[in-house]
Amino acid sequence: MIYGVALLSGCLLAGAFLGDLLGDLIGVEANVGGVGIAMLLLILLSDRLRARGRLNPTSQRGIVFWSSIYIPVVVAMAAKQDVLSALQGGPAALLAGTLAVAVGFLLVPLISRIGRAGHAPDSGDEP
Amino acid sequence: MTGILDILGSVLERHGLVTAFAFVGLVVWISYLVSDRLTRGRVHGSAIAILIGLVLAGVGGVVTGGHRGLADIEVLAGVGLLGGAMIRDLAIVATAFGVDFAEIRRAGAGAVVSLVAGVLGSFAVGAGVAWVFGYTDPISMTTIGAGAATYIVGPVTGTAIGATSDVVALSIAAGLVKSMLVMTATPFVAGRIGLDNPRAAMVYGGLMGTTSGVAGGLAATDERLVPYGAMTATFYTGLGCLVGPSAVFVTIRALFGA
Repeated sequence: MIYGVALLSGCLLAGAFLGDLLGDLIGVEANVGGVGIAMLLLILLSDRLRARGRLNPTSQRGIVFWSSIYIPVVVAMAAKQDVLSALQGGPAALLAGTLAVAVGFLLVPLISRIGRAGHAPDSGDEP
Repeated sequence: MTGILDILGSVLERHGLVTAFAFVGLVVWISYLVSDRLTRGRVHGSAIAILIGLVLAGVGGVVTGGHRGLADIEVLAGVGLLGGAMIRDLAIVATAFGVDFAEIRRAGAGAVVSLVAGVLGSFAVGAGVAWVFGYTDPISMTTIGAGAATYIVGPVTGTAIGATSDVVALSIAAGLVKSMLVMTATPFVAGRIGLDNPRAAMVYGGLMGTTSGVAGGLAATDERLVPYGAMTATFYTGLGCLVGPSAVFVTIRALFGA
């Protein structure tokens, strides 16, 4: 089981490292896509290992455990948010945050269409 | 002689992370009970759990005056560790296990477009709201716009271009509002915006960008979509920090500068 957890942890560390490196490279003080890179690594590595029979079911359980503990982790994350600061930001902060979310929701169905066969995407800004 | 409560408190404090597991387990159990009995399963149990979490975080903030919600209450400090970035990221990465790589490649173009549209759209909305509320100088507009992206892009951008601390605080507040709203509102609008497949989840992640918001919002909607949304969302903050103090600030200064 520890092999699975170690693989998962290794992917996260490698991803975080590459994300920091990428951030440094483009001159930002932030991790750029570290978790996303780690996810891609885990998908590719676990796929390859499984195909070669190197990742037995016990090891896989180590990864599945962390994936299934996800909801409780998110609940704990919600429970440590700075709710008061959000509310104390006043109407400007409330409106800015709310409108940004509303615009995002509205764009989901529009952009989801891009790349789907038969639908020509409207030429937006960047490719 | 120490009281029973003192001993109990000390046990809970010493086993912070274990206490957090037990506590969160209890919250989740109650939430699913409420979901089952009171809403007949129409509102997802995890949506209720996240809502209870936010309410408790507010209570924690009122009781302690701190900024870390329940985690500021000593016996519940472990909640901060369990819900912190380290464990959260580990769990998010784990959700990618078993994901179909072809699905990700197919949504690639949409995901990139959604990232650009999400970041620029948030800046535009936030800067517009800032202007309406009388923050008409380019620095404040850019910083508040950055906050409407995420509560990390806000302070990073604000610090880089020299915003005042009250404007930076405002930008963080805007980002927090966004993140919490994404967590709670997503399950209710998911059906209407077609958020029921991996491709839409990747687009959604790129448009929203707040990792905590997306992580919570998708968990409360459909757990299977979590990895797809989370993957694009993790590129958002980096992109925001990149364009905020540079391209966006220069553009806003050109449009609204004296």
